[in-house]
Amino acid sequence: MASIQMDDLHKVYAGGVKAVTGISLDIADGEMIVLVGPSGCGKSTLLRMVAGLETISGGTLRIGDRVVNNLEPAERDIAMVFQNYALYPHMTVFNNLAYGLKNRKMPKDAIDRRVREAAKMLEIGDYLDRKPRNLSGGQRQRVAMGRALVREPSAFLFDEPLSNLDAKLRVQMRVEIRQLQKRLKTTSLYVTHDQLEALTMADRLVVMNAGRVEQVGTPMEVFDRPATVFVAGFIGSPAMNMIDAAYLRETGSADDLDGLPHGTDLIGVRPDDLLMTPPDGPHLRLAGRVALLEPAGAESHIYVALDDGDQPITVRVQGLPMVEDGARVNLYAALAALHPFDRVSGVRVT
Amino acid sequence: MQTKRTTFSNAWLPYALLAPQVIVTLVFFIWPASQALWQSLFRQGDAFGIRPPSFVGLENFAALFRDSHYIDSLQVTLVFSVGTTVLAMSVSLLFAVMVNRMIRSRDTYTTFLVWPYAIAPAIAGVLWWFIFNPSIGILPYVLEGVGYDWNHRSSNTDAMILVILAAAWKQISYNFLFFLAGLQSIPQSLIEAAAIDGASRSKRFWTIILPLLSPVTFFLLVVNIVYAMFDTFGVIHATTEGGPAQATNILVYKVYRDGFVNLNMGSSAAQSVILMAIVIVLTVIQFRYIERRVNY
Ligand SMILES: Nc1ncnc2c1ncn2[C@@H]1O[C@H](COP(=O)(O)OP(=O)(O)OP(=O)(O)O)[C@@H](O)[C@H]1O
Ligand SMILES: [Mg+2]
Repeated sequence: MASIQMDDLHKVYAGGVKAVTGISLDIADGEMIVLVGPSGCGKSTLLRMVAGLETISGGTLRIGDRVVNNLEPAERDIAMVFQNYALYPHMTVFNNLAYGLKNRKMPKDAIDRRVREAAKMLEIGDYLDRKPRNLSGGQRQRVAMGRALVREPSAFLFDEPLSNLDAKLRVQMRVEIRQLQKRLKTTSLYVTHDQLEALTMADRLVVMNAGRVEQVGTPMEVFDRPATVFVAGFIGSPAMNMIDAAYLRETGSADDLDGLPHGTDLIGVRPDDLLMTPPDGPHLRLAGRVALLEPAGAESHIYVALDDGDQPITVRVQGLPMVEDGARVNLYAALAALHPFDRVSGVRVT
Repeated sequence: MQTKRTTFSNAWLPYALLAPQVIVTLVFFIWPASQALWQSLFRQGDAFGIRPPSFVGLENFAALFRDSHYIDSLQVTLVFSVGTTVLAMSVSLLFAVMVNRMIRSRDTYTTFLVWPYAIAPAIAGVLWWFIFNPSIGILPYVLEGVGYDWNHRSSNTDAMILVILAAAWKQISYNFLFFLAGLQSIPQSLIEAAAIDGASRSKRFWTIILPLLSPVTFFLLVVNIVYAMFDTFGVIHATTEGGPAQATNILVYKVYRDGFVNLNMGSSAAQSVILMAIVIVLTVIQFRYIERRVNY
């Protein structure tokens, strides 16, 4: 059990790549933090810096009340679950779990007890004598989890642990990991680029971009009030539509755009917030032609090319779409549902 | 296993295509080998044809195992092969581990370490002969400085050390390449997981890296033993010629000495048949092993 404090962390790789550029983050004891961001934004690098697998080029990192910048991974009292599981192929499941305890010179009977406890918790008790290559992907995943929690570390680090599983198993393991984490109350740092994983698992979500933090907040905060255009586009699927405020003013399609904060020149609207019928209260109206219909099970996506607009916007409706391909449509969005941004800085206007 | 079947329009074509390989095998392997087998059953006639070769059955083999020289040679071969294999493998593993740790200079070192392999055994032997030459060599001179009187012409131990060094040196390049490839195929994340699991550098080596290298190690073990036992004729010939007093007279060299220098063909043939049996056993072990490549 420990908190983790990152203070202005920097990472410059040997080749000069600046992978992390000034990240500060306070993680409370027992909290589950999820790092999301596009490929190459530095999530793994940050996680590996916390683990001690990458050196820290600048800033301070504290785990508990110790500065750990120069400590070996083993001295940091953390456990990590790798994307490829990194199970020791020549050891049985039992020995995979016991390895870290043996290295810490724990007595044999205590090791045995702990391993069996962890195995029971993860329902891998029946496979203790097997080698990893004789396990399924999901079972390997569990063993990897077991190896992390058997040591009872003060923090768990996860680097995309579920990305090698099929969709169904992924959902199941997602739920299990979250339940375990809540039960053990172990501080966790979880890297993913699956935004559903991010939104469902996090106590707080950290959206990263190009080595920096774009926004930190609970999943709902991040979803409801994205702080930047980047976050708005990254969280939520299908992605938020971005419409130039000037376009709206020219086409005169807004009831009252002055209701939006001063300085707004880019307006974001989620595909769910676009309606086929006008809502009560101030709203904006868009006119266009259906470019593509995309039924997707319980919901459908309608791509609409706005009149004189450059890119199609996406509308999400429940069930089957009630419009024809190529038909003219009017779309409406309540002003309250709009996300006002400043185009140049990319920051939300308030 | 599924094999692809190809049909030839001309029935003789497949045989014609196979012929060169079959002929080479017949002429250079089967024929001499059967000659050796045949000869090993005869006692040598004399050089003037007065006494013709006579059939003696397994007497040549029995004589060998009564001959203390042969038993000595077996022992010498054992010491020599174990020494060469252990030295060649441990040094090359050490080099591979060190080179694997480098990032930028890795290729340069690899290139240098592979060069010895390109040198003919006899030339390598001569190089070592010069370096260790008791009167003009550099190493005896240095050793004299620390109070050791090196002379592989009179000391059995010195001679054995010399041939082991010379033979192992040649084999290090080969082993090194295999070990390096083996090391590079171990996922980095395993090492990292072990580091997080609290294993020190040396602990990681003994409990993770070495076990994962075991397929490579086993393969090299067989290759090195075969090399030391059968491929080191040139090295011995160029350095000690089996001496002093048979101290480095390994089986392969003894076959040559007894057959071509002492002209005792029957005994020499019997010895080569025994060697052939050893090679066959080693080859079988290796093939068995290659069939089930992964052993962890
Ligand atoms: N060992 C390294 N040496 C040099 N540059 C590196 C190294 N590892 C990563 N990088 C670079 O650092 C940046 C961040 O990489 P990182 O692996 O942290 O991204 P990521 O967010 O984990 O991406 P992904 O989602 O694809 O895993 C990338 O530009 C990458 O190319
Ligand atoms: Mg990554």
